[in-house]
Amino acid sequence: MTTILLPLLTPLAGIFVLIFIRSVAIAGWVNLVVSIVTFLASLSLALHIFKVGPWASEMLHVDALNVYLILLTAFIGMSTSIFSRPYMTYVCDQGMTTPAGMRLYHAMYQGFMFTMLLALTTNNLGVMWVALEGATLATVLLVSLYRTPEAVEAAWKYFILCGVGIALALFGTVLVYFAAQHSLSDVSQGLTWTVLYQQASTLDPTVMSIAFVFLLVGYGTKVGLVPLHQWLPDAHSEGPTPMSAVLSGLLLNVALYAVVRMKMLTDGALAGTDNYDLAGHMLMGFGLVSFLVAGLFLHSQRDIKRMFSYSSIEHMGLMTFAFGIGGPLATFGALLHMLVHSLTKSAIFITVGHAAHIAGTQAIDHIRGLIRTQPAVGWGLLIGVVAIAGFPPFGVFTSEFLLLTATMETWPWLTVALLVGLAVAFAGLFRHLHPMVYSAAPEDQQAVPANMIPVAVHLALVLWLGLAIPPFLSSWLDQATQLISGEHLL
Amino acid sequence: MTLLNLSLLEQAVLLLAALVLFTSFALLSQNRLVASIHIFAWQGALVGSLTALVAAAGGDSHLYISAAMTFVLKALFIPWMLHRLVRRLELDRHVGVLAHPALVMIAGATLVIFSYWVSLPIGRLELAATRNIVAISLAVVLLGLLIMVVRHTAVIQVIGFMSMENGLFLAAVAATRGMPFVVELGVAFDVLVAAILFGVFFLQIRESIDTLDVDQLNRLTEREEDR
Repeated sequence: MTTILLPLLTPLAGIFVLIFIRSVAIAGWVNLVVSIVTFLASLSLALHIFKVGPWASEMLHVDALNVYLILLTAFIGMSTSIFSRPYMTYVCDQGMTTPAGMRLYHAMYQGFMFTMLLALTTNNLGVMWVALEGATLATVLLVSLYRTPEAVEAAWKYFILCGVGIALALFGTVLVYFAAQHSLSDVSQGLTWTVLYQQASTLDPTVMSIAFVFLLVGYGTKVGLVPLHQWLPDAHSEGPTPMSAVLSGLLLNVALYAVVRMKMLTDGALAGTDNYDLAGHMLMGFGLVSFLVAGLFLHSQRDIKRMFSYSSIEHMGLMTFAFGIGGPLATFGALLHMLVHSLTKSAIFITVGHAAHIAGTQAIDHIRGLIRTQPAVGWGLLIGVVAIAGFPPFGVFTSEFLLLTATMETWPWLTVALLVGLAVAFAGLFRHLHPMVYSAAPEDQQAVPANMIPVAVHLALVLWLGLAIPPFLSSWLDQATQLISGEHLL
Repeated sequence: MTLLNLSLLEQAVLLLAALVLFTSFALLSQNRLVASIHIFAWQGALVGSLTALVAAAGGDSHLYISAAMTFVLKALFIPWMLHRLVRRLELDRHVGVLAHPALVMIAGATLVIFSYWVSLPIGRLELAATRNIVAISLAVVLLGLLIMVVRHTAVIQVIGFMSMENGLFLAAVAATRGMPFVVELGVAFDVLVAAILFGVFFLQIRESIDTLDVDQLNRLTEREEDR
């Protein structure tokens, strides 16, 4: 019990400590320490689960599907806080925000980590909703941290769109509870996921399919599925860069995790009916549209952070599509893709933060010659983009290859759409990337202090996952595949 | 089974739910900002008393607490906060005009019909009463959405948002006798924080674009970037 509570309580305590620390320098260090402790606690939780297997209580549960996401969340939270300390000190020194803003930033950084971990570990669908809404509330003031008109607009859009979306998800949750009341003997457990999952086949299929529509639209807004994605590029581009890294690397994943949990319930309820694949088909449709549309939008971007947020939408679309296909191979690929995409994308955002400081702007047209000015940042960006575009030997290639194979087996003609989408996205990324890293640097461009260790570690992990998946991870991914699709892959 | 077979308490619940729907339409058509806040307070009070009635009908003690929470939050605190902000931002005489009032009202009525259509299959499970409640709460949610779409003042958009929350709460209370208590506490906490954050935002928006007309928030578009 302590093992599972510790990763939750550490960031919660962090909020209350950090809100009282006035010194920006000390707060940065405390934030880092809290994040490290959270990561160590998650690591010990993961080891514990690896030894004893899934664990569930009335309020919390950890199984193969969420344990690796908990570890990933805590890890990215830690490495981003390493990056965030010098970066945000620089931002504060430049006068872009005030010490009071920094206090809010650090406290809400931990607040966001808490809501993410709570959404992952909770065994109650209602609490999961509360945590995801809490994540919006924690990050919305950070998006407007710089107080420029653009930042305020982005935050307002983020607040309204995600708020409305998530309200629809709550309606879906109420409907699930309504369905549960008619089939479960103990009504008070009507939102407990482990109970619902066991008895999913007794839930009323009609109510569950209506509920799933609301849940998909609701949580899909947070995943950034087209056409509900409008908030995402704005929030990512206007907020502080560490926030972009964790929003892209963690929030989207956790929202998708919520969708997948709901799909598992809906699949169980619809198993015996004519529409048994309703949830899967809806995910495939939303996913494919997001994937293709976001790939096209990559071409017309002028802001580097906006460009990479469209790349996030594209990858979330691909994962949603893969979960929609459903078989063990596609599910395994999607789970692996969640992992490698988060690692790569947060590394890219960290590098982009440094690149924007070097050039003094986020406009792609004015970021030039990164490799000449600061080779570490230039190469970091180049390798990161090579990885995210799906080149071997990086992990993204492995997962995308699995997804393509799975598509070939189930919906062969959709492979064409996927390949075209991948090529379009690749072209969109590289036409902007090439001048940014290679061309001649403007004369007065200076290197900035940059800590590239988190980026190197992330990219090394992605490379490792591309070459060989460690056995503990593959066994978790396989168990999670079994939970979601009903069959083992390995 | 007709509605007359229900107990008086349950009939009263249905009546209150219908009144909540009525306030949604009133919100949709009201042009004056301060009057909208008052209607919103009435809607909160109706949802609160409906919760108390359901508690009395079903005997769930935790619903009384939810009823009190709703009443304090939705009928007193949030309207009071909005009122204060509106006075501070000197918007008390603000009158927003709908471009096509008749069309908006017809759209609202269509949403109600749509909600009944969506909840049609649910009726097979339960009494007609539940289907009505689910349909009404979905309609309140969608009408809140419509308010946010047709109105351009940030304050009214927030009222629309909060009235969506009212609809959700109505669904939770009337169709399922309330969610588990921990969830209700969490939702109430989120609503409270959201209300406070909205207040902060009004000030930030006012500071950055000198108006609360959110149509002026239009810098971040793809089109602009192509220029």
